[in-house]
Amino acid sequence: MTSRLRIAVRIASTLALTVVPHLASRPAMAQTTVTSDPPASFTLGNGLQVVVIPDHRTPVVTEMIWYKVGSADETPGKSGLAHFLEHLMFKGTAKHPVGEFSQTVLRIGGNENAFTSFDYTGYFQRVPREQLARMMEFEADRMTGLILKDENVLPERDVVLEEYNMRVANNPEARLTEQIMAALYLNHPYGRPVIGWHHEIEKLGREDALAFYRRFYAPNNATLVIAGDVEAAEVRTMAEQSFGQVAPQPAIPAQRIRPQEPEPVAPRTVTLADPKVEQPTVKRYYLVPSAATAAPAESAALDVLAQLMGGGSNSYLYRALVVDKPLAVGATAGYQGTSLDPTQFVISAAPRPGVEFSQVEQVIDSVIADVGKNPVHAEDLERVKTQLIAEAIYAQDNQEALARWYGGALTTGLSIADIRSWPDRIRAVTADQVRAAAQQWLDKKRSVTGYLIKDTAAKREEKRS
Amino acid sequence: MINFSTNARRFCFAAVTCLTMLPLSAAPSQAAAKIQHLISPGGIEAWFVQDATVPLIAMEYAFGGGATQDPADKAGVGNLVADTLDEGSGDLDSSTFHERLDRRAIELSFASTRDYFRGSLRMLKDNRDEAFDLLRMSLTSPHFDSADVERIRSQVISGLRRDTTNPSALAGRKFLETAFGDHPYGRQAAGTLESVARIDIADLKDYVRRVLARDTLKIAVVGDIDPATLGQLLDKTFGGLPAKASLTPVPDVEAAKPPQRAFVPLDVPQTVVMFGGPGFMRNDPNFMAAYVANHILGGGGLSSRLYHEVREKRGLAYSVSESLLWADHSALFIGNTGTRADRAGETVEAINREIRKMAEEGPTQQELDEAKSYLKGSQMLSLDTSSKLASALLQYQNDRLPIDYIEKRNAIVDAVTLDDVRKASQRLWGQGLLTVIVGRAPQAAAQPAAATPPPTAKN
Repeated sequence: MTSRLRIAVRIASTLALTVVPHLASRPAMAQTTVTSDPPASFTLGNGLQVVVIPDHRTPVVTEMIWYKVGSADETPGKSGLAHFLEHLMFKGTAKHPVGEFSQTVLRIGGNENAFTSFDYTGYFQRVPREQLARMMEFEADRMTGLILKDENVLPERDVVLEEYNMRVANNPEARLTEQIMAALYLNHPYGRPVIGWHHEIEKLGREDALAFYRRFYAPNNATLVIAGDVEAAEVRTMAEQSFGQVAPQPAIPAQRIRPQEPEPVAPRTVTLADPKVEQPTVKRYYLVPSAATAAPAESAALDVLAQLMGGGSNSYLYRALVVDKPLAVGATAGYQGTSLDPTQFVISAAPRPGVEFSQVEQVIDSVIADVGKNPVHAEDLERVKTQLIAEAIYAQDNQEALARWYGGALTTGLSIADIRSWPDRIRAVTADQVRAAAQQWLDKKRSVTGYLIKDTAAKREEKRS
Repeated sequence: MINFSTNARRFCFAAVTCLTMLPLSAAPSQAAAKIQHLISPGGIEAWFVQDATVPLIAMEYAFGGGATQDPADKAGVGNLVADTLDEGSGDLDSSTFHERLDRRAIELSFASTRDYFRGSLRMLKDNRDEAFDLLRMSLTSPHFDSADVERIRSQVISGLRRDTTNPSALAGRKFLETAFGDHPYGRQAAGTLESVARIDIADLKDYVRRVLARDTLKIAVVGDIDPATLGQLLDKTFGGLPAKASLTPVPDVEAAKPPQRAFVPLDVPQTVVMFGGPGFMRNDPNFMAAYVANHILGGGGLSSRLYHEVREKRGLAYSVSESLLWADHSALFIGNTGTRADRAGETVEAINREIRKMAEEGPTQQELDEAKSYLKGSQMLSLDTSSKLASALLQYQNDRLPIDYIEKRNAIVDAVTLDDVRKASQRLWGQGLLTVIVGRAPQAAAQPAAATPPPTAKN
């Protein structure tokens, strides 16, 4: 089957924003290595955690620094600030004026980018192995040495507003996702978009960015992941000489405590109508535990449940909606476990022309009811587990993917042991645990259902800009 | 931008202008030294790197022809074949076929690109026999059962319907039409709403019969398998295909002469601009000079001229870049950006200014030195996974490069002179641009092209 639809209905809420668009393929992410040696890990005196993942196939190394701060750590009224600062981190320091770092990366044939999500902000370079020390010197320097001038900050804010236009304003499906998330999270900051609300982004300034930077960017609030053709011992020496010189900020709390959601009591619906919608879509988001907040075994059961319901052509939803009854052109399910606070289980379907949302939802509800009542077939369970565990092996083929996997997990409350044991936990999931997860968490009261429909009322006239 | 989504599959469905987008980079010297030219007992050839670091095998392969072999009134046949080959074959129906793939986490996919019908196969090494056997069945005995074809057709049509209001898709479509007119390159691999509706099952079968044959097949394999076993698997998998393809000849074509400008109205906050013109064929003796020139003007990273002028200085866009694209019968350069509707005119003007400047003056010595340094240093970076390496080895074959190209490449980069790049710049950008603008603000966009300046030059 075509992969176009899968992507179209992918979980948009996990979107991490990058400083420059990159066209790289999306690696299949797995949650851990399986047969490889465990990565080395140590902590510098100033609190910086360092993780080293050796991969000696190519003389290339990836440096990735992850700050434990994301959009969910912003002050209300300043949405988009974490992401704005991510862009501004490329504006130079006293030691290395604007452009020098990026030009150096290019001159050595490297590449770089950065990304922001709800819980973290990350920066990376991929370079020939002998350049690692130099990269670490640059990266350590901008941990506290950033210099911002309005002449750099203001055009960059316009750049971010164009990023908003590209990702959100031009894209009705992304606008629907924003509305669903805002309705799902009544109290927790995950209800705010990572990129921010437009009216708040356009008011962000230099002082906001610097205050946020001083508050959150410090070695004791970061994790450094080095993946590639290196050994832990040499990385330790280099890290001590560069990052080791940066003073910690003891005022940063070790735990991030955010306002939590009340127990959900009512199903909600939102409808976004836009004249450009040519394929209606229904998406249902359930508030569910993340790997960090779940009871033991629960998060792995949700991984299995999502794959069973929406992973591929033989998943329950795809079969029921697309193959057995031709009601939809596509149907998926997804669960994003790496999240500091409770996360989302997402079901999505694109009805065929002439099919009502209610017909599609009826089938979705009956699939959920069935999974919640009856134990999953043993062969289905086996197939899904194999697929999930295989992802972990496929991920070993890609050092950047591995670095992202470790960084993402370590900045959302998980440990290296959690990551390493993920395949074992998947293997241990029982049919009854899957049934229980469906019954407990796929409860409509915990959900927001969003409808993307065509706006047929020919409206004219535009506001702003 | 990366999602930790378990559903994500790789491959190119940006699709708008997928001629040939692989960056011109090469493998690390150690990988280069290990590339074998494998010939199976049955005479099937492959470029092969044996590597046991990770217990998997990645194969990329291509048949000649691709979307150019779609009948003129049925654009999208190859694409529909690609999406339907895994929906049942041999003695397996669609559901059973997918079950067999999924049960062993075998990743199998196909794509119809401009000149090639491409396939990817990735598996854990223990599952190699099953994986290659499923591929053999899908290539040699696909069912194309009506229910399966209609299901996939509905997905393709849904995507095409979405494209009708997607500014980037509209821009890509219009750009290729403008550049290539009625030539097959002017069509989209996915086809149109009308053409896809016209495709019969007989068209799919006919496409398979004409295109999937051994004489145009190119294969690249990287992974944990020995050459003897691989040779046997290749024979089993591809040996049953017809010896010769029967392809409709495709004429060479030069892209339309710039400057030209087209406007597509769409009510979106961000205007999408696509620009380009005739490029350099891969076998052009000055190809590398053009590649260097393009890198300086609009290549990747955070310091091309377009990046500085359009994004960094003026804050006009989040994304602005340009690439060289080359195909078997033509070549282009193509760039794109997205900008606020009320500043679209300013953006187009800034791009034109940079292009003119580059055409007239060429780069500085320092820019040339840095570009060369980048191109040489980046060799190994794009090839650090088995799949990326396999894709590159396939690309080199399609580009008719020698198997030791990777070792020769640095010398080719080094040989490029400032004068070469000036000449290439003049040839690329001296005539101005083909520009497609999708958005609101027709007053800023619909002006005539640069060659005939508008009566009032300001917005």
